[in-house]
Amino acid sequence: MSEEIVLSIFRGDAAGGQEVEYRVPLTPGMVVLDAVHQVQAHQAQDLAVRWNCKAAHCGSCGAEINGRPKLLCKTRLDDYVGETVHIRPMQTFPIIKDLVADVSWNYEVAKKVPAFQPAVPVPFQMQQFDVDRIQEFHHCIECFLCQDVCHVLRDHNAKDQYFGPRFMVKMAEFEMHPRDGGDRVPMLAHEAGLNMCNVTKCCTEVCPQHIRITDNAIIPLKERVADQYWDPLRALFKKKKAPAATEQSVQG
Amino acid sequence: MASEQFATLESHQYDVLVIGSGGAGLRAAVQAASSGVKVGIIGKSLLGKAHTVMAEGGVAASLGNLDPWDGWETHFYDTMRSGHFINNYQMVELFAKEAAERVLELEEWGAVFDRTPEGKIMQRPFGAHTFRRLAHIGDRTGMELLRTLQYKAISQDITVHQEVTITKLLLDGDGRIAGALAYYRSTGKFVLFRAKAIVLATGGWGKIYKVTSNSWESTGDGASLAFRAGAELMDMEMVQFHPTGMVWPPGVRGLLVTEGVRGEGGLLYNSEGDRFMLKYDPERKELSSRDVVARSIFKEVQAGRGTPHGGAWLDITHKGPEFIKRKLPGMYEQYLTLADVDITKEKFEVAPTCHYTMGGVRVEAESCATNIPGLFAAGEVACGLHGANRLGGNSLADLLVFGRRAGDGALEYVQDHTSLPQVSESDVEQEMNRVLKPFSVSNGENPYLLHEQLQEIMSDHAGIVRDGPMLEDGLAKLTDLQIRAQNVGVTGSRVYNPGWHAVFEVQSMLTLAELIVRGALARKESRGAHWRTDYPDELSEVGQWNYVQDLDGDAVRVREVAVPSMPPELSQLFDRGVAPGVYASQQQAKEK
Ligand SMILES: Cc1cc2nc3c(=O)[nH]c(=O)nc-3n(C[C@H](O)[C@H](O)[C@H](O)COP(=O)(O)OP(=O)(O)OC[C@H]3O[C@@H](n4cnc5c(N)ncnc54)[C@H](O)[C@@H]3O)c2cc1C
Ligand code: SF4
Ligand code: SF4
Ligand code: FES
Repeated sequence: MSEEIVLSIFRGDAAGGQEVEYRVPLTPGMVVLDAVHQVQAHQAQDLAVRWNCKAAHCGSCGAEINGRPKLLCKTRLDDYVGETVHIRPMQTFPIIKDLVADVSWNYEVAKKVPAFQPAVPVPFQMQQFDVDRIQEFHHCIECFLCQDVCHVLRDHNAKDQYFGPRFMVKMAEFEMHPRDGGDRVPMLAHEAGLNMCNVTKCCTEVCPQHIRITDNAIIPLKERVADQYWDPLRALFKKKKAPAATEQSVQG
Repeated sequence: MASEQFATLESHQYDVLVIGSGGAGLRAAVQAASSGVKVGIIGKSLLGKAHTVMAEGGVAASLGNLDPWDGWETHFYDTMRSGHFINNYQMVELFAKEAAERVLELEEWGAVFDRTPEGKIMQRPFGAHTFRRLAHIGDRTGMELLRTLQYKAISQDITVHQEVTITKLLLDGDGRIAGALAYYRSTGKFVLFRAKAIVLATGGWGKIYKVTSNSWESTGDGASLAFRAGAELMDMEMVQFHPTGMVWPPGVRGLLVTEGVRGEGGLLYNSEGDRFMLKYDPERKELSSRDVVARSIFKEVQAGRGTPHGGAWLDITHKGPEFIKRKLPGMYEQYLTLADVDITKEKFEVAPTCHYTMGGVRVEAESCATNIPGLFAAGEVACGLHGANRLGGNSLADLLVFGRRAGDGALEYVQDHTSLPQVSESDVEQEMNRVLKPFSVSNGENPYLLHEQLQEIMSDHAGIVRDGPMLEDGLAKLTDLQIRAQNVGVTGSRVYNPGWHAVFEVQSMLTLAELIVRGALARKESRGAHWRTDYPDELSEVGQWNYVQDLDGDAVRVREVAVPSMPPELSQLFDRGVAPGVYASQQQAKEK
């Protein structure tokens, strides 16, 4: 089994850098992260890469493989037989070194998201079908690949105007929780910049957790904003109505 | 020489400093911050990426949503029995009584558990739990727990330091905790933390073994830092091997196959098609405790009845694709994408994988205080709750119950100790020089390869099966490796340098590996996860002891310390031969 794979890995930092080629023996089922580890152990000890779980659970290892935002630990090398595998850090964020990007902006945004506000005391009575919709959002591993691909952040660098798709998912998670008493619509309409999104769905395409970010989080949030700002009466009615409806489903 | 000087070092001061931002650390920080003192929390990874994120099956708490006969006594009973009675019963009692409340608290902070038909939190069966007890969210419960605590923490006044690695705990002249030295991984620059109290929540050390389910972080830094600072470590010989890890392809070897697969009905077969668990534990079968199932698979492979890559077959196809995809979506996807196996259609290979370290820093039950004044410990780094074998789901509950208690313990301590202890300039400078030394070693040992060799030694000499000569041999090899590790060298700069980071981790693991082997040599019996072929039986005279290790000068000292004995009202729970909840239900049936 002497088949080799050729990796071309970005080496460098904020001051600049270039791709460097490494050759690694291919083993069955190998993922890109395995190959990067091989390079670290035998050829470039100081090669910087972020990873924790190697099981697609933690969302640490996001990078760009042949130009596509992907998890290094979930991307099989046998998908690239005969090709050189180019690996670069996420481009939307400043670089620290090699494959490691400075994602701290995301943590600044996270702090602005208003926390879950229970409207009633626990234990909650909620039916599975009441929570199916929001449980999808709970699959997010915070890999920030959607943030990386979103053109608002990537091409227009509008980080001061839009929280990005990850945080639309987060706000949807709280906002659509059947027992949440908060109101994040004003923030969505203003500071969070929901209107910056023009529904290109690029974020949904790259999400390794298959969260339908645009259809299930962003569009329903846009509807809420539209309701509250263009149809205040209907909004008032909706907000009042919602808990009553779920209460009924509990009894039913 | 370090380029930084003590006087100009970046430094931060806290009332309570939490080291570790996994479940235990975050829960402790949330608790400490609730009373307005200054709290900081540190992780060597980004926030929300800690090892806790990998937990799958669930969090154990006797909510009794499906089985009303469940209650704290039965959870207590199951935990003591699985721990083979070397657990600290006081910890188990507090734990069993408080777990349910802690789980509901998560719901209050936004966690969304799967529901029962009545709209309550759903609970699933798990190995050696008498009742259906594990609250869960599909097969990604750890992520839900961690994410909930993460967002709770950032909504409070807590300073979060990410990708900062602690290399030393600092004491003042009186032996009281005074702070910690660390460096930023992104720049390699040192940073000093001073604190009145520290909560250690750095997790376990599963990375000591070659085949492991653990994440990159689990290198036992905190336990080894505490040990070097004078803390007592206990039950170090107790390492849990989870019966079902992935086996093939090589890159995923060790990756966990959640116990949920067996919980939802998966069956184990050997290469001859025999359902061998019927032979090893006719009563509990596939849902026997982890030590028993892991040993059974090991024995089948030894007897030549293993699968092509040295494991057993796990089969859940009889449950049908609909059911499997709904109940075990993560497992379905994991096998499909990483192993090209569709578990709804085929059986798949599994083998034991290193999963959890029951041993750790010895703590006081109520407050999680260690023997070092001002130092508290909670979560996998601490010891006492799980005894000789941890029950599935009990770790996540442990993080919540004792994370909170450690936070409270630290708070109480800082109320009585209001001054900020002094750190010694020479300690700090010595440590900076020690940490930087590998940069000046040319042609030194490669830290990654040292780690591989350490894993080989521990897997061969102190793994699932042990005996005296094997352990003695392992100890000699470890000593050699420790000497070689003194000559470790790194290349490149201090900026985000994983090779440099690995040096420190290998040092931590070498320290703990030695304690595992010494503990295993001392415990001359088989109990729970500790299986010695030269002492194959559980011996009541040995079972009275916990093995406690600390430093005596530079030498490791191993001591027998008596296991705390239960008061009559607790010990009588074990006299009836059945779990308290089962007994109560039988009694009621009789009365009717
Ligand atoms: C695959 C898998 C599945 C599991 N499933 C379950 C389950 O279903 N139910 C259950 O109860 N348990 C389960 N467990 C066990 C459980 O997940 C762990 O025991 C638990 O998460 C440990 O949490 P912790 O808070 O103690 O530490 P960790 O989550 O390991 O966190 C440790 C923290 O300390 C930090 N740290 C470490 N060293 C340093 C240092 N030198 N400097 C600074 N920071 C440092 C890390 O960055 C991290 O933030 C599972 C474990 C695995 C591996
Ligand atoms: S759909 Fe919206 S959030 Fe998603 S990538 Fe397009 S613009 Fe960005
Ligand atoms: S929504 Fe998907 S792509 Fe975005 S951070 Fe979460 S998991 Fe990653
Ligand atoms: S390493 Fe955790 S998602 Fe890839």
